Amino acid sequence: MITIIDYGLGNIRAFVNLYERLNVQTKIARFPGDLNSATKLILPGVGAFDYAMTLLNQSGMREELERQVMQDGVPVLGICVGMQILAKSSEEGVLPGLEWIDGRVRLFDASKIPFKTRLPHMGWNTIKPVRENPLLDGLNEESRFYFLHSYYFECADETETIATAEYGLRYACAVNRKNVYGVQFHPEKSHANGIRLLHNFARL
Amino acid sequence: MLYPRIIPCLLVHKKGLYKTVRFKDHKYVGDPINAVKIFNEKEVDELIVLDIDATTHGSEPDYRMIENLAVECRMPLCYGGGIKTRAQAERIFGLGVEKIALSSIAVENPAVVPEIAERVGNQSVVVVIDVRKSSINGGYEICTHNGTKPTGKTPAEFAMAMEKSGCGEIVVNSVDQDGVMKGYDLNLIERIREVISIPITVLGGAGSLADIGAVIKQHGIIGAAAGSLFVFKGKYRAVLISYPNEFEKEMLFKKVFQTS
Repeated sequence: MITIIDYGLGNIRAFVNLYERLNVQTKIARFPGDLNSATKLILPGVGAFDYAMTLLNQSGMREELERQVMQDGVPVLGICVGMQILAKSSEEGVLPGLEWIDGRVRLFDASKIPFKTRLPHMGWNTIKPVRENPLLDGLNEESRFYFLHSYYFECADETETIATAEYGLRYACAVNRKNVYGVQFHPEKSHANGIRLLHNFARL
Repeated sequence: MLYPRIIPCLLVHKKGLYKTVRFKDHKYVGDPINAVKIFNEKEVDELIVLDIDATTHGSEPDYRMIENLAVECRMPLCYGGGIKTRAQAERIFGLGVEKIALSSIAVENPAVVPEIAERVGNQSVVVVIDVRKSSINGGYEICTHNGTKPTGKTPAEFAMAMEKSGCGEIVVNSVDQDGVMKGYDLNLIERIREVISIPITVLGGAGSLADIGAVIKQHGIIGAAAGSLFVFKGKYRAVLISYPNEFEKEMLFKKVFQTS
């Protein structure tokens, strides 16, 4: 059973639909009580850092989430801004993040981007797995995912980067520390590769 | 490696999908959800859906339809049509859309662009500019309300202003080329590309993969969108949804990037 956190951001139903096709049960959580007995969590997100943190704080679910993730070790997957808020802070905002993975979120240096189009980093890009990780099973350097962001995750501990992408620099597009996972791209919008990654998460 | 995007653009009119020629002569091409299902199977890069009734009828966006599309869509979805306020934009994001497209409101009330961007992030705010050839304004002019309302604004200047105010992508739609299938207006695209650094998606005129190749060759990482090309087949414009497969795309990019 995968519990998808609905704090007002991101395509909740897209996850439900994908998992339905994979015969994986899902549940949508809008209130702390909905998190009871969660065994896997997805923290989706589209939008700005502070807005995401504000909505999550307002949802009333944060405390219970922290307990489950940090104490009970429930696996969680943050997606896009849902990954970025796993960090301590972001150059996009002033609010503190969840600090579930040590790192900060930084704005791309536009002057290093070798295209006429600089920001956002948007479109289909290949990822490079840099560490064996069950989340990335069956994916390789040819695997393309859909990206849409202007800020990137900078891990304090390099060993927590499990895949990188290239956009002006090589940066962490997938991270993992213990039971906490994050991906910058949108697996729910990345066709077969995305389905594979979400299936991998369900099987962790 | 980052790839150029090839994007079907669907127009919603009277709750169905229609394709126009120069923003007129609406031809019914099918049911929106059904089209999305086919595009899922074809693994398209992204999808743009524009409700061309909402603004002209002064109505609210059709939230139910948007939600149904977003749920079905296994690729990124950009929705446009009738969005006037931040509240509407937020509601649409809540339905699971990745990008929202603003058009007439960006001209009438540009202040709404940064207001929305602050909430949803710049990357998710798209401004669609409908452009007509004009005898004034250095040859091009922006128009709104399905091409019926001239604004006196020059596309390049307006695009620059939009970039400044926090928009994350510009869709340049040529009214004159719409549905004509004789190629993009490369001159228009060049003028806008020169002056902004946010992503551009071009729309209007693609009649073949070679037309898409031409714009990619000139601009590299760009979004090439098309309506007719992906919904019609043959000179009698029989309705048949199509999209290049992985191999055809690779070949197209290879050809373009090798010779450039």
